[in-house]
Order: sequence, then structure tokens, then C-alpha cells
Amino acid sequence: MAEVIVKGLTKKYGKVKAVDNLNLDIRDGELVVLLGPSGCGKTTTLRCIAGLEVPDTGEIWIGGRCVNNVPPKDRDIAMVFQSYALYPHMTVFENIAFPLKMRKTPKREINVRVKTVAEKLDIIELLGRKPAELSGGQQQRVALAAALVREPKVFLMDEPLSNIDAKLRIFMRTEIKKLQRELKITTIYVTHDQIEAMAIADRIGVMNHGKLQQFSSPDELYLNPENAFVAGFIGSPPMNMIEGDLVQLDEEVLVDAKLFTLKLPGTLNTLKALKSRRVLVGIRPEDIRVLREETESINFKAQVCGIEPLGVNTIVILEAGPVLLRAVVPGDLRFFAGEKVGVVLPQSRVYIFDGETGERVK
Amino acid sequence: MHNNYFKAIMTLVRKVGMHLFLLFLGFWVLMPFLWMITASLKPPELFNAPPHLIPIYFHWSNYIVAFQTAPFGRYYLNTLIVVLGIVPSQLFLSSLAGYAFARLNFWGKKLLFMLLLSTLMVPMYVTIIPSYLIIKKLGLLNTYLGLILPFGVSAFGIFLFRQFYVSFPKELEDRALIDGCSRLQIWRYIFLPLSKPALAALGIFSFLFAWNSFLWPLIITTDPKMWTIQLGLAMFSGKYTTHWTPLMAGTTVSVLPAIVLFIVFQKYYIKHLVLSTRLG
Repeated sequence: MAEVIVKGLTKKYGKVKAVDNLNLDIRDGELVVLLGPSGCGKTTTLRCIAGLEVPDTGEIWIGGRCVNNVPPKDRDIAMVFQSYALYPHMTVFENIAFPLKMRKTPKREINVRVKTVAEKLDIIELLGRKPAELSGGQQQRVALAAALVREPKVFLMDEPLSNIDAKLRIFMRTEIKKLQRELKITTIYVTHDQIEAMAIADRIGVMNHGKLQQFSSPDELYLNPENAFVAGFIGSPPMNMIEGDLVQLDEEVLVDAKLFTLKLPGTLNTLKALKSRRVLVGIRPEDIRVLREETESINFKAQVCGIEPLGVNTIVILEAGPVLLRAVVPGDLRFFAGEKVGVVLPQSRVYIFDGETGERVK
Repeated sequence: MHNNYFKAIMTLVRKVGMHLFLLFLGFWVLMPFLWMITASLKPPELFNAPPHLIPIYFHWSNYIVAFQTAPFGRYYLNTLIVVLGIVPSQLFLSSLAGYAFARLNFWGKKLLFMLLLSTLMVPMYVTIIPSYLIIKKLGLLNTYLGLILPFGVSAFGIFLFRQFYVSFPKELEDRALIDGCSRLQIWRYIFLPLSKPALAALGIFSFLFAWNSFLWPLIITTDPKMWTIQLGLAMFSGKYTTHWTPLMAGTTVSVLPAIVLFIVFQKYYIKHLVLSTRLG
């Protein structure tokens, strides 16, 4: 078991900064997910931790030891790759046993350990087969087994579920989380799927353009996003963003979004740090209330321009002037395209972001 | 209905046409072999009027004459030793160098690879005199090593393996590095076992090259004991006359191993051709 510390990691490819001054402090036995869109630097970070890429600057510490100059095989890590990276010419048994064989483990011990891990992952009957004879899910399990068999200090996973079908993916992510809890191995998991990240992580590091945007628990990310990028990336469907201007009225500050105005809780002083008067008003689809009757509490009127029934919930697409919003309502509430409705944005659930920097205005 | 019927007929016509065309091509490829085998069974006066493709009587004695005229057993053995030297060396060194060019990063890699490729454009006849002088200086004239050494590795082989390895998924190598392999072990445990098509292709190429090699053995062997099969066959064609029937008997015997080898490994060889066209 070990903690992983990344200090000021920077990695450039030519002129492009894939990772830019990244700092991470991952606790012993924690499952941390690096989340972000493709090209955000999450896989590069993982590869630097694995020792497959050499950082330009910065330090990587695993279990209290700086591993910058330690080759991958001596870092006591194991990695599961997106394509599983199973050796096609070896049987499942040989694939799982290979890291042990390379470390000159006695044959008898190899046998015992491969069988133990195969039992744990329920692949004991596949040991004699070649990877090409396995389904995607089975290959995934073999890749996990091959990584687990050495009982590494740190477990690295690079989008391990992206190649299997949606149903199996949900099942496997539960399995991975269960396994990680059981073995208490520090795990760094890379994905672009925010639902997957929210489901399994102890903490999530959201990355964009090589920079860490926020590093907190899933709840914290959802409830207290630090900037517009995190707010828009976490949650499905994503947070609605409406452009607006800050307007001063006596001692109060209002957001004027053309469609509606919102009173901000802070005073003018708290907003002096703002770089511009342009802001983004963010509201999660599940926080929007859609009403049929016109009450005084409504912020503005809108027209339903589409519905996406998902069973438990329905996504209602609302059009109000130039603004398009998504709202999530209970599945038993029926709306129809073309219907006129009232929209309520609860004051306490509204997020304001700086229009220029994207930083949250608290 | 009529349309379907017409389509089925057209497909049939196309298929029959294709097969006829392939048969025609196949016939032209097989013709020299057929002629060689039938000529090896004809009476000494090969050219008769009217000419027969298949002889009326089979003269098996041509084979005995061939083996009595020249020590073919010895030639066979010599050729076998040379082939057993050249082929494994080609496979081993080409795949190692190909791996380095495909997967390692070292200073001057691109330049070195270009230089290597440029040697493909130099005909063998240009280098034969310097090669001879080197082998002579090393005291390797009339030795097996002298016959093997200059062909132990080839730019073509390195190029072939390099192209083959470039297409390997990088993740396999990454995993092997984490699993505890050194670079050499990655080659040994992962790349080499997955190279069967390339090994078979280069194996067949270098075998045919070594088996059919004529000029180099002719130049560096003066002792008939060191002659290879191709030199032995040349004995039948004299300055004024050529003994066609024993020559063809000897040739038939000499091409047999190549044909057997091709039949055994053709599965991998074809696989490689398919792979290389897809990649190319």
C-alpha cells in the first residue's frame, strides 16, 4: 500500500503542454479518478506515474520514494490498459502468470497465485484459452487479473471499461470498486465518463487543457463546482449555462440575463474581484422547476420544444427566446412539444461564474 | 424474377471466366517445372521431331547418371550447411535490428534507417569485389563461414521486420515494460512469438536466396569439395555441349526442398503478404 504524490508535473509534446504543473496528493488505499475530455492530459499523467513517459519537470512519489528515475518495472505498480493489452500468443494462464514469471517467482507459487486471482475474478474456466477466444468482458477480467496477481502497491487503470457494452460497464465498475475496497490498493483510474467517475471514485481530479480544475469528492464536485468547466462537465444532462450581465442597483447586485433578473446574495464588495461584468448563470437541469400554471414565483415563460422520456425521469427541452434549457422532471409528469410553461430557477440552486475566467462567484 | 436469373448467370460467367484466366496463368507458371521434370525423364537425345512433352519411355537412369557424374550428396550437404547458417542468422539479426528501428529511440535512427534503405539500391555485383577482398583477408576462402558471413543479415530483412513491428500495438510493449521485461525480453517473449508471418516470409526468401546462390560460391570456392548444388549443376553445361537430361534430373532434385518448404510455410507466407498489402 502506498500514497502517490505528484508535484508540479509538466509534460510537453513539442509546443503542446499535455500536462501543466499538476499537483496531486493521493492517499493510501484511495480510489482517485482523473476525469476530463479527450486530450486533457489525464492519460499522460497516468503514463508519467507508470514511468512510461518521462516528465519534463516535476516529481512523482510513490510510497514515500521519488520514482522519477525508477524504471516502470521497479515502481511496484500494475496497469490495466484501454485495449487490455493481453499477449495474443499466450493463454489466459500465461498472460496472468507473465509478470510473476518475469520476476522469477517459483512455479508452484505462480500456480497458486494465478488460480487464486482467477477464482476471485471468476475466470478459472478460461485459463486454457487464448485472448482471441474471449468476449470483451472476459478479456477485461483477464487484464484485471494480470494486474492484480502481483499485488502491486498502486493500481493504474486507463479507461478500462470503454471497450465493453453499456450494460456490462455498469456491472464491471461495481466489481472494480468492490475489488478495490477489498484489497485496499491505491488506485488511479482514468476515464472521460463522468457518471463512471462519480460512481466509483473516492475523489475525482477534473482536468482540462493539462490543468487540474478541481480535486474533490464526487459530492463536492457536484454541489460546489469551482468553475464553469467543472460545473458543465459533472452532471448529466450537463448544467445549463445562460449568459448575463451584472447590474448594480443601489447596494444590491442583480444578474440581468435578458429573460429574467436574479438578485445575488452578496454585496458589491464581494464582487469587486470580478474581471468582467459578463457572467454565466448556471443551473442544473434537475433543479429547474417546470410549471403549467402561471404563478408569481416563475422567473420566465418558455415553450417546450422537445421531450426525452427516460423512464424514471423525463428531460424537457425548453426554448425561451435565444436560450435553450434542459430540465429534468419526474417521469410521470407529461409535457408536450409546443406547450407554454413557466420556469422557476430556485435562487439557492443557481451558480454564477465569471464570464471571462469561468471561476465561480461565491 | 428475370433480373435475378440474369444476375445469377452473370455471376456464373464471371466466376468461370476468372477461373479460366487463373488456370491459364497457372499453366504458364507451372510450364517450366513440367518441362524440367519431363526432360529429366527423356532419352539423352532430348530434342526429337516431332517433339513430345511427355516422353514415351521414362528414363529414370538420368538421375543415376547425374548422381554418378557429380558428388551431388556432397553438394547437397554443403548447400544445407550454408542454408542452415544463413537462414537462422537472417531471421535472428533482421528481427532484432527491425525491432530496434521500429521501437527504440536512439540518436540518428532516421538517418541510419535511410542509409540502410539506400543499400537496397546497390546491386550485389557492385559489392562483390570488396566483399571478396574482405573474405580473402579474413582467410575465409573455401570455408563455410566465407559462404555464410556476407549474407547473415540483409537490409531487406531488417526493413521487412521493421515494417512488421511498427504496426504492433504500443500498449503490448507498455504492459511488458510494467510486467518487468527488459527491451531484449520484450523482443524475445512478445515480438518474436508474434512474428510468425514475417519469420516465414523472410525464411522462405533467404532460403531461396541461399539455395539458389551461384555467383558468390563460384567466386570464393576453388575447392570442388566446397561446391554448392548450383555449382554442381553448372558442371553439366560445358563450353560446347550441355547434357540436358542429367542436368534436368539434378535440377529437379535441387528444387524439391524449396517446393516442400514453400508448401509447409505458405500459410504464414500468404498471411504476411496479405498483412503487408493491407499496411502498405
